[in-house]
Amino acid sequence: MKTILDHTQYLAAVDSLAQALLAKHPGLDNTVLVGVQQGGVVLGWDLVRSLRQKPGLKDLDLGLLDITFYRDDFRTSILAPDRMNIPFSIEEKNVILIDDVLFTGRTIKAALDVLLDYGRPQRVELLVLADRKEHRQFPIQADYVGLNVPTTKDQKVKLITAEGGGQNLILRDS
Amino acid sequence: MQLSTRHLLGIKELTPSDISLILSTAEQFKEVLQRPVKKVPSLRDVTIVNLFYENSTRTRFSFELAQKRLSADTLNFAASSSSAAKGETLLDTVNNILSMKVDMVVIRHSATGAPHFLAQHIPAAIINAGDGINEHPTQALLDAFSIQEKFGDLKGRKVALIGDILHSRVAQSNIHLLNKMGAEVVVCGPPTLIPKYIQSAWNVTVSYNLKETLEWCEVANVLRIQLERQNQVLFSSLREYRLNYGINRELLDGLPKPVTIMHPGPINRGVELDSDVADSHQSIILQQVENGVAVRMAVLYLLSNRNNA
Repeated sequence: MKTILDHTQYLAAVDSLAQALLAKHPGLDNTVLVGVQQGGVVLGWDLVRSLRQKPGLKDLDLGLLDITFYRDDFRTSILAPDRMNIPFSIEEKNVILIDDVLFTGRTIKAALDVLLDYGRPQRVELLVLADRKEHRQFPIQADYVGLNVPTTKDQKVKLITAEGGGQNLILRDS
Repeated sequence: MQLSTRHLLGIKELTPSDISLILSTAEQFKEVLQRPVKKVPSLRDVTIVNLFYENSTRTRFSFELAQKRLSADTLNFAASSSSAAKGETLLDTVNNILSMKVDMVVIRHSATGAPHFLAQHIPAAIINAGDGINEHPTQALLDAFSIQEKFGDLKGRKVALIGDILHSRVAQSNIHLLNKMGAEVVVCGPPTLIPKYIQSAWNVTVSYNLKETLEWCEVANVLRIQLERQNQVLFSSLREYRLNYGINRELLDGLPKPVTIMHPGPINRGVELDSDVADSHQSIILQQVENGVAVRMAVLYLLSNRNNA
């Protein structure tokens, strides 16, 4: 197991993602944030914490999106669902979809299907911490990327809670 | 997390963690039912047949709606309008339907054990929607879901099952479920409608006194007087039943604390339950119906795993 980002580096990456987001959407006007369970929700809340320090954003909220019922590998194994909660309207909004790792693109495809059952956003953008570009199976790319992580197909990139409670981004050989 | 069984034959066959998994999955499906698009694609490759050999409105609609909300294809069979009326056996009917590539069977039958019989003879996943006087597991699951939604937890809850316990598959499934999840159960009704050895066999307390039972419980699940299942007279008249075991406003207002009223439906208004009780804010009868769809979605979803076959 190799640590790609320790907790300090992770928080710095989250801060620079927050900066990039604000540069494109000043004051997050007409913009809502939605994290994909489970890693995207962890990253999402850290991003929200960082953004809440900016003026006018102290009440910023995060939607939680779970793709279990929309998976394309259904019935090879039945998975218990995670919590789904979108406490705001996404109608005609800019929706920032947040996930920890962008890999094949299948999760994001399913997440877009879920999202559209909640309404018709004006625009959807994708924010990810780590991009494993070379393994994409669908024509999906992120608008905001923390870092590119070159990997082989069998490796795993995960956001984990390290001892002491902080998030680390790690690389594991299968 | 997976269920320990590939059929839902009864609560008897489930473990406490199966029950918890169904209830927590149902919570997520309840969220689905609040969305603008109340539908998920999970079961779009699954075909389900609903075999109703006995009349039903609520349960059949609830299953059918749950299947549609999961994007499954469904077939509906009512015994009265089918070849069963020409004398076809249950197994023949089901084998004929299965040859049309059906994955799951929901069955209601007046014969106790009909779903268990099917489970032994055919490869599809079987869901019991009520068999004779044995079990009605999805009703008990939705009752539990409704109690949990109102009180937060099943453990330690004081639940009274009131009325016709003898003929009630709802009572039997509820007793098994509440026992497994650590709730306390009292059954209350006329001695002729309570099975003789129920106290020792199933770890419940028997009471013949309605007022004392209501003073004790937090939830009163009031059961229907099943006139169609009585082949001998077990109480002298509906009027007498109402006087001794009917729940009315005056009785509830005289209690030290409010009791939550449940009923699996259909209600005999003015017999086991008065209208001003059934329609009051203390009653969660319509929430039970709403929760029924989410709970049945959870059961269908969790049993749809092909790898179990």
